[in-house]
Amino acid sequence: MGGALSHVRICDFTGQLAGAGATKFLAAFGAQVIRIEDPVNKGRWDILRGAPPFKDSRRGVEFGAGFNNHNVEKLGITLNLRTARAKELLAELVKVSDVVSENFASGVLERMGFGYDRLRELRSDIIYVSNCGFGQTGPYGPFKSWGPIAQAVSGLTFQSGLPDLPPAGWGYSYMDHTGGYYMAIAILAALYHRARTGEGQWVDVSCSEAGAALNGPAMLDYTVNGRPLRREGMPNSNRSQSPAMAPHGIYATASEEPGVDGLGKTDNWIAISCRSDDEWAVLADQINQDWARDQRFSMLSGRLGAEDELDRRMQEWTSGHNRWKLAESLRAVGVPAAAVARPAERIDQDRTTSEWGLWPTVIHRDMGDVRVDGLPVHLSETDWSIERGAPCLGEHNDIVFKDVLGLSAGEIEDLRAEGVI
Amino acid sequence: MGPLEGVRVVELAHEYVAFAGRLLADLGADVVLVEPPGGHPGRHFGPFVDDEPHPERSLWWWHHHASKRGVTLDLSAPNLDTLNLDDPADRLRLRTLAAQADVVLEGEEPGWVGALLGERPERLIHVAITPYGQAGDYPPVTDLTVLAAGGPVWSCGYDDHTLPPVRGGGNQGFQTACNYAVMSVLTALVAREQTGRGQFVDVSMHASCNVTTEFGSYTWLAAGHTVQRQTGRHATPRPTEVTQVQCLDGRWLNTGVPPRTGREFQALGTWIEDLGLADEFDEFGVLQLGYEVDYIPVLNLEDDPLKAEIFGAGRSAIEFLAESLTGHDLFVGLQQRGMACGIIYSPEEVLEDEHFKARGFPTQIEHEDLGRTITYPGSSLRFVGTPCGPHRRAPHVGEHNDEVLTGG
Repeated sequence: MGGALSHVRICDFTGQLAGAGATKFLAAFGAQVIRIEDPVNKGRWDILRGAPPFKDSRRGVEFGAGFNNHNVEKLGITLNLRTARAKELLAELVKVSDVVSENFASGVLERMGFGYDRLRELRSDIIYVSNCGFGQTGPYGPFKSWGPIAQAVSGLTFQSGLPDLPPAGWGYSYMDHTGGYYMAIAILAALYHRARTGEGQWVDVSCSEAGAALNGPAMLDYTVNGRPLRREGMPNSNRSQSPAMAPHGIYATASEEPGVDGLGKTDNWIAISCRSDDEWAVLADQINQDWARDQRFSMLSGRLGAEDELDRRMQEWTSGHNRWKLAESLRAVGVPAAAVARPAERIDQDRTTSEWGLWPTVIHRDMGDVRVDGLPVHLSETDWSIERGAPCLGEHNDIVFKDVLGLSAGEIEDLRAEGVI
Repeated sequence: MGPLEGVRVVELAHEYVAFAGRLLADLGADVVLVEPPGGHPGRHFGPFVDDEPHPERSLWWWHHHASKRGVTLDLSAPNLDTLNLDDPADRLRLRTLAAQADVVLEGEEPGWVGALLGERPERLIHVAITPYGQAGDYPPVTDLTVLAAGGPVWSCGYDDHTLPPVRGGGNQGFQTACNYAVMSVLTALVAREQTGRGQFVDVSMHASCNVTTEFGSYTWLAAGHTVQRQTGRHATPRPTEVTQVQCLDGRWLNTGVPPRTGREFQALGTWIEDLGLADEFDEFGVLQLGYEVDYIPVLNLEDDPLKAEIFGAGRSAIEFLAESLTGHDLFVGLQQRGMACGIIYSPEEVLEDEHFKARGFPTQIEHEDLGRTITYPGSSLRFVGTPCGPHRRAPHVGEHNDEVLTGG
């Protein structure tokens, strides 16, 4: 059996992570993703092309490890869309594509002459998926955005933190990842609908709306009970309000010998949750100290009522333990617990991720072998495959213009000479 | 309605999978939620309507199970050794439901649902979301422990590392695995249109979080460096400048990438002048010098003291404006002047914001049982051709037993 999506061709203008992450998923399942870049500015619209981290001392648009991570298994072509000839070629490509995807600011593709109406003229059942911070309509439609901004405006940043401190937020672009996931969902659902009905469509993805929809219970507590999350003592996201649990926190653990990353002397933590009074009774036995047998703590209401004291005592107990050994012993008796894992630990020392095949090595034309994020799913009949690194600028011009658009070698040479590609 | 109209999903109620079922239901699939008689324990997750605990008043339940229908089946005794599939009528009903379905969605211990279902019908897509996948252990987990083990927690928190790292709020670990489950189910549905065959989809919650850490993973994978958490901004191998400012009304703003172009410096200077505050801003003169610069690359600031001063004045200008403006006014004003930034809203403030209202994001759902119409967060996605989103309240216990189990 071929790839799950090997019958799908995507004319792809996405970049960064919020867009490129979507088409990475589809490419890993066999979709032919043709990434279009500007030869004049060397593809730098996608700032990750030349941005750190780097595998070695080499720098430039072919060496950004983030770009490589997000664009594996895609083809890369260049089109200088300032020229009429490049626009003709793009129109030809749209005619033979199933999907046009982009995450420019709203209106950019339209101004380039390829808004949804034009795309539909070129191919009546085209699927067009746009993805930007605030969507294509509404007062903030033209506003600029990337992950941290979509996270801020959607409510995700606010609800991540401890009381009486500034927002801790997310220490990475959670909504670039997740915006990409929703963009992939949009493309796939539209492909399914087209397969059933023959109809294409436009999907307007707004990262900040997708983020806002991830805050359901907190929003309903406001619309139903009139209780805002902006209130005394909140947010406190290391605790659990929905459902209510206690103890539920991240606690310091003992100093360790340095790991392969050189860390471990300090900054060691364990996450522990008790989902029920029964689990607390088991945990109290493990703690085996008088305070843990206090009747006040035997019921959830009592533990919630003294949560500060409970957390302080929990940390006094955990701080004498090694986080890995303690987590293992708690899990063995049925209490949810996990060491807060550092990157090296979960990537190089975690049997479950390596056996899953979660960190495939790809071959990039210029960077050579590089490990990347794989996918956290396996399909029994048509699974994913990630072997090829991200395309270098225009790396697949010859293949795409010849095999997809039927140009001769001479014609392709002329395009190069004329600065079209 | 929606792009998945005509798709039938049978969801075995479980905390791990609830949000995936909700997304599929919002996209137009007919999702039938299967609970044990008396209701699933998730109905006891708070908060509750008027703070009155009751199986039909859980807001966790409302959010996760809107747009679905619900039935009760007794599938108890999950013991593979004693399972007798010829006997309990409800297990046969489950097989009948599955035989008519396109997707079965579950989060049980690996193997159990497969045994309940028997041989998978050829067109059925069976998706399971579990902590470590079908070949892995099935330990007790919560959203907190999934995010701690999977990487996100290491990257989130404060500059002060005597404070614990932070779990990003809102059960995002579970939701991340659910997002991947939906992407995978849709991939399997699209593939089935070509092959005619369904398949098994194995989703690992731990793996889902591991590949949702951006720099955290690939900085180690590609460069062998470890990121360190910082207050309100990306965890990085080396410290970076702060990106959050507090505004006049106490709200915080994420300032994004600081101003670097002459056009941006001029826009800030003009704004400060328009507010009549130029005399009060100590660095106004330096800011004005920036009007003529083309672009200030951050990397070689040390080599050019004047540009470093201008760059600093640009950052100071935003902090200065924050002292006089509300978060909303600073956010909108900076964006209208071409500078990317975001106000840090609390979740409820999103629902009250003019932009989200103008796009119709807040969505009204009838709760005829309570005589109330409730505002929900709306659709994650805007399908212009096939509108979709939350469209009915979560089912009561066994509400659709008659219409579903008698062949409806």
